[in-house]
Amino acid sequence: MSLFLIVALPFLGALLPGLMYQAGRNACATATFFVSLTAFLGLMTHMPAVMAGEVVTARVEWLPALGLNFNLFVDGLGFFFAALILGIGMLIIIYGRFYLSRKDNMGEFFTYLLLFQGAMVGIVLCDNILMLLIFWELTSLSSFLLIGYWKHLEEGRQGARMALTVTGMGGLAMIGGMLILGNIVGSYDLTVILENREAIQASPYYIPALLLILLGCFTKSAQFPFHFWLPHAMAAPTPVSAYLHSATMVKAGIFLMARMWPVLSGTEAWFVIVTGAGLVTMVMAAVIALFKNDLKALLAFSTVSHLGLITMLLGTGTPYGALVAVFHILNHATFKAALFMSAGIVDHEAGTRDITRLGGLRKLMPVTFVIATIASLSMAGIPFFNGFLSKEMMLKETTYTTLFGQPLLVPVLATIGALFSAAYSFRLVAHTFLGKERDDYPHHPHDPGFGMWGPPALLCVLVLGIGVAPFLVEPLVFTVTEAVLGSAAALPDEHLKIWHGVNAALWMSVVAVVGGVLLLAAFAPLARGWAKAGPFAAKDAFDAVIATIVALAQGITARLHDGSLTRFAAIFTLTVVAVGAHAWFSGTPAPLTRDPVPLSGPEIAGWLLLVIATVSLLKWHRDRFYALVLMGVVGLVIAVGFAYLSAPDLALTQLSVEVVTVILLLLALNFLPRETPVESSAGRRLRDGALAIGAGLCTGGLIYTMMRGDFLAPSISAYHLENSYKGGGGTNVVNVILVDFRGFDTFGEIIVLGIAALVIYAITEALLSSPVRARLLNRPVEDVAGDPHPLMMVVVTRVMMPIVLMVGIYIFLRGHNEPGGGFIAGLVVAIAVVMQYMASGFAWAEARQRYPYHTIIGAGVFVAGLTGIGAWFFGAQFLASSFGYFRIPPFEEFELATAMGFDLGVFLCVVGAVMLSLESFSRLARRSDTEVSEYAMDIDPSREEQALETGAQAAGKET
Amino acid sequence: MEMLLASAVGVLTAAGVYLVLRQRTFPVIVGTAFLSYAVNVFLFASGRLAINQPPVLSDATAYTDPLPQALVLTAIVISFGMTAVVVMVALGAYLSSQDDHIDDRPEGEDDAQAAAPAAAEEARS
Repeated sequence: MSLFLIVALPFLGALLPGLMYQAGRNACATATFFVSLTAFLGLMTHMPAVMAGEVVTARVEWLPALGLNFNLFVDGLGFFFAALILGIGMLIIIYGRFYLSRKDNMGEFFTYLLLFQGAMVGIVLCDNILMLLIFWELTSLSSFLLIGYWKHLEEGRQGARMALTVTGMGGLAMIGGMLILGNIVGSYDLTVILENREAIQASPYYIPALLLILLGCFTKSAQFPFHFWLPHAMAAPTPVSAYLHSATMVKAGIFLMARMWPVLSGTEAWFVIVTGAGLVTMVMAAVIALFKNDLKALLAFSTVSHLGLITMLLGTGTPYGALVAVFHILNHATFKAALFMSAGIVDHEAGTRDITRLGGLRKLMPVTFVIATIASLSMAGIPFFNGFLSKEMMLKETTYTTLFGQPLLVPVLATIGALFSAAYSFRLVAHTFLGKERDDYPHHPHDPGFGMWGPPALLCVLVLGIGVAPFLVEPLVFTVTEAVLGSAAALPDEHLKIWHGVNAALWMSVVAVVGGVLLLAAFAPLARGWAKAGPFAAKDAFDAVIATIVALAQGITARLHDGSLTRFAAIFTLTVVAVGAHAWFSGTPAPLTRDPVPLSGPEIAGWLLLVIATVSLLKWHRDRFYALVLMGVVGLVIAVGFAYLSAPDLALTQLSVEVVTVILLLLALNFLPRETPVESSAGRRLRDGALAIGAGLCTGGLIYTMMRGDFLAPSISAYHLENSYKGGGGTNVVNVILVDFRGFDTFGEIIVLGIAALVIYAITEALLSSPVRARLLNRPVEDVAGDPHPLMMVVVTRVMMPIVLMVGIYIFLRGHNEPGGGFIAGLVVAIAVVMQYMASGFAWAEARQRYPYHTIIGAGVFVAGLTGIGAWFFGAQFLASSFGYFRIPPFEEFELATAMGFDLGVFLCVVGAVMLSLESFSRLARRSDTEVSEYAMDIDPSREEQALETGAQAAGKET
Repeated sequence: MEMLLASAVGVLTAAGVYLVLRQRTFPVIVGTAFLSYAVNVFLFASGRLAINQPPVLSDATAYTDPLPQALVLTAIVISFGMTAVVVMVALGAYLSSQDDHIDDRPEGEDDAQAAAPAAAEEARS
């Protein structure tokens, strides 16, 4: 099966349980199970190749420019982990089906589980570190959902948050580390990185990369001092704990350390950090685990301890250490998943997982007793169980390991760890199942159905099978170890066997087991001492850190971003000015290489006009009408400036937009106060003035140097000038750029314009259906002009209308070759129509409007889009235009270009958008006492004459 | 010429920034319009200045840079759309609260003023 399918299956399958949760719990579980099974079988099809030492790859280039490729590969290590994830996943699915109650939403649970499974499989099969990071974060997110699955439990929510914070933080650090690694090697492909051991270890960035990546691994795998999240994640339903904390989530960090082993290991830094952290974690967590009374907390800390063990082994940097680590990953996954499931069974059936309330379950739950005992003995490291084998090998490895120059340090600590490990394993069995039967269990305990004990029982078969006949898994373990070692080291000459002879490791083992039994015998007084010592609660420290960070963040936000626009506009301006000034003074500006354009008289006059208008506006901006007039002046000067500086299209656009903007603001001023009161203090105005002058100096200086300097890189404009006629069929290059070269941009822009108009319409509708409507209808009449619809204006606008429309069409048609085009034509036509509204009144104009403006906007976007799609039928790209010359007698030869269709869309969209905005404003202006006249003019002599002739009936109608 | 245009951009920016920092909606809207002017002219000028060289193909030997012009053309139209939306938002806020301050004022200052129409609305509905 394709590797892509194996990774995609869980993600696609995640839809199934979510969609079919109403089909019942069995249906959900079955669907989920078969998704995992299919992926598992697909993986198994690669087994022969992998066992033969081959690497199966599947590659798809996604964003090659960024080095982000969807490359997958499966070698021994990836295969091993994927098989664990999918295999144990299937057992968990069966177990979870029977564990969850009717109240739990099974579809939701299995959806999260499959998402998580997919992310995990993605991590282990990924050949691109950028993809790996994405999957890595996906495991953090999906495990958050899983841990917090019981949303009603506060501990569940807290545990989920804590897990997400810690692993997310680690993931963030890892992103940095991975990017450094990719930069050193020059490729983000894992297989390439793994071949560059020398380059990476010689790089000065090796240590930062190592630290950042290890931060990711340690947080994920709960290594000291980031171990504290794992026990809190135990608030999750037991199937989740069994899955995340035996075979998957926490093994992701281990996996990555193993994966990166060939390039990162073998240095002093790696050895000290990884072995050290592993050793501390192993011993500390084993001690804590012994004194935990919650079954799951005990198992959680034992997991942390065993992860520490594996980490320590990987840290040694020897091939033998790697071999033992791989073997223990396998063994730990089997017995720990079984133990979690049996703890879940006890919790489920006895109603509590508090060890102090349990005991004597041996006869009541015989099956669970056998399962838990087998798994516990394996965890304790008793011969003929698989835990014994890897523990024995681990102890052997420690005797060769010298940390900080002390040859005894590692073996002694490892023995202590193993001793406590044996002690808590014995305690788990003894205090839960042995002893006297009690009569105060919350529920009457009994063995569960096969669905719940089947999966752990199967794992116990593996535990015993591997323990008795380790040679069965030897090929697998060796293949995986080979993959871990890569080209960095050769496989050690060892075999997995039960009896290694009487050696140091055996004696250490004996000490651990005997010591474990003695420790358990003395448990009661020890536990009292432990309780008195008051162990340090990592959660409190974590909460305190989080609270401090939150307070800090809130403090900064409250100061910078307190909701006051004025405030953050000022802060923003100040920051930009400061950063810009810093760049200016610390760098060397480009030389002024271009000769200035010579000056003549008129532009100085224009400049004076602009500056005077602006300064006057600042001085008298409180009179809002006056400000509007001055703004119009500035806009006009700019339009003239555009025309003067060889930009006729811009001049036309600026001119027409100016008209529309002023009309718009006039309409708005109809409702707003006419004057701005004096509110700011003089000091504040001074401050704002200083900021404004700073910003002005910056932009002015910047554009001056820019204009006087040459382009730093060759401009693409030459291409546009050259191909405008050849490729676009138009001589107006600006228009050809708009409708052809960058037509897609323009398409987006007209859509934005349309949306803006619809937003305005929507706000108007909302206002008019709120209490504002009543206030608007009844607002006091202020100084009204004597005649709202003056005769002369009505006549002139109506006479002008056809002329303006013709000008619009003319500008539209010539746009491709001469200044003009859809934007300008649209604005001109809109102005012509607005004039009718202004002269003859809203009601009159509305009655004569044939198409609603929304439709015009929609038609515009539709026509523009259709023109673009039309190009597809000729095998061209979206919006590529074509043109030809035609001659219809008696006319002269003329050009037709498909770009005209697009420009028509632009035209319609602009007309619709401008009209819809202005119309919305005018609709607000209607009052209750406004007479809706169906005549254009209030005073019409001819109408009165007519009325006199036809009699009183018509005269009555007029009023 | 460059000096004139650069100083004009500077003046327009300064005016825009100053007005944006005012406390009522209308000057802020006018301020953003001025900033749009400044930005549009700035972008246009980034293509360097030229007189009598419009980018309309003819027998001429040199043309000014057409690309910034095309970009600025749409920018002008879009800035109209933006202004219209902002004006509408400001208008809506003013009509609903009878207050055209850009920021919420400190507690207590406008309670009496704001409470009256709100109470009236409640009574009506």
